[in-house]
Amino acid sequence: MLNSFNDAYEEESSITGKDIIKQLIENARIAKSESMPICQDTGYTVIFLEIGQDVYFEGGSLEEAINEGVRKGYSEGYLRKSIVSHPLDRINTGDNTPAVIHTRIVTGDNFKITVVPKGGGSENVSAVKMLKPAQGAEGVMDFVVKTVKEAGPNPCPPIIVGVGIGGTFEKAALLAKESLLRPLGQPSKDDYGVWLEQELLERINKLGIGPQGLGGSITALAVHVNFFPAHIASLPVAVNINCHASRHKKVEL
Amino acid sequence: MKQVNLTTPLKEADIAKLRIGQRVLFNGIIYTGRDLAHKRLFELLEEGKELPINLKEQVIYYVGPSPAKPDQVIGSAGPTTSGRMDVYTPELLARGLKGMIGKGKRSPEVINAIKEYKSVYFAAVGGAAALISKSIKSCRVAAYPELGPEAIHELVVENFPAIVVNDILGGDLYEEGKKIYAVK
Repeated sequence: MLNSFNDAYEEESSITGKDIIKQLIENARIAKSESMPICQDTGYTVIFLEIGQDVYFEGGSLEEAINEGVRKGYSEGYLRKSIVSHPLDRINTGDNTPAVIHTRIVTGDNFKITVVPKGGGSENVSAVKMLKPAQGAEGVMDFVVKTVKEAGPNPCPPIIVGVGIGGTFEKAALLAKESLLRPLGQPSKDDYGVWLEQELLERINKLGIGPQGLGGSITALAVHVNFFPAHIASLPVAVNINCHASRHKKVEL
Repeated sequence: MKQVNLTTPLKEADIAKLRIGQRVLFNGIIYTGRDLAHKRLFELLEEGKELPINLKEQVIYYVGPSPAKPDQVIGSAGPTTSGRMDVYTPELLARGLKGMIGKGKRSPEVINAIKEYKSVYFAAVGGAAALISKSIKSCRVAAYPELGPEAIHELVVENFPAIVVNDILGGDLYEEGKKIYAVK
């Protein structure tokens, strides 16, 4: 993240933009030296599990164990509790539970947990759209750029743009979120993806939104695109935006 | 770059001089308030009841801080997205609120109300939450402790940094900034 900030500082043409990136670098330094959150929104705890099919869990509930971990982590780490128990009643659960858990069963006997605290500001400007196959790559790019343009200053640019293309309605959204787990700026493994990521980054950075939306040449630090096979009738596209506080941690047991 | 020192409560003469793009440093008391606190204040006004804080000439900072560690005044405390408060804002400005600090675009209704009630909207750097917390010197809950991070806190700040985004002339830095750097 810091390397990316340093590059962005060099490339940004606006003085205000440069100054904001400098503040973000200083913020990261303070957060590290004082072990405090870089952003007060310590997010919805999204958990990705990869469970080897030869792994056997004995006794208790895996889901409850994960939520207990969230409870403990958010309390002992002085992280903000940002979850309300019902989306309409809106009473804070007080311990940031429950986590959103995505599980994949894979071969082998490993158990991998990836924790992704996702802030609300950037999640709120994310979007899914079912395009027509005839709209192709241009249609995809128009939708992604439009989503970033409408988001403007709200998701705390410079942002990271996760794009999921293909699958079904919900699969596209998950692909977009998973693309954000990739190390920042690591290109797609797919040639079409590499091209699309570069093209999108260029178009997004021409919007002029800039750091914090106050005008500038660095609106996005990176675009990550993930694909999945699609139905003959469908071209689902999802855009999941991440602010510059891109936090994730992986452990393997 | 030149910075303007602002002491709260905000006087009309100070606000009249502010223009979009100017950097300011706040000194004095500011109040925190976000979604649920705004909803409650708005409902009290609708019912004609008294508010738990006096809004006259005050500044509200849209923030839900993270908890303070035992040796801290406050945890990380960066701005939240202001647009969610838009539906409540014109009414609060009509009752004397003068300044708002947050991040992100305001609605046309809010931008008009800022002009009409001679007030001002500032942006703080979203995500610079650890850095911003250093300018907060004291923090106490002023209302709604049961709302946790959404409670109204009274903060005493020293050289709290922000940028003028919407001024009394109806200017909007987000629109102007984008125009300069957009590439056709």
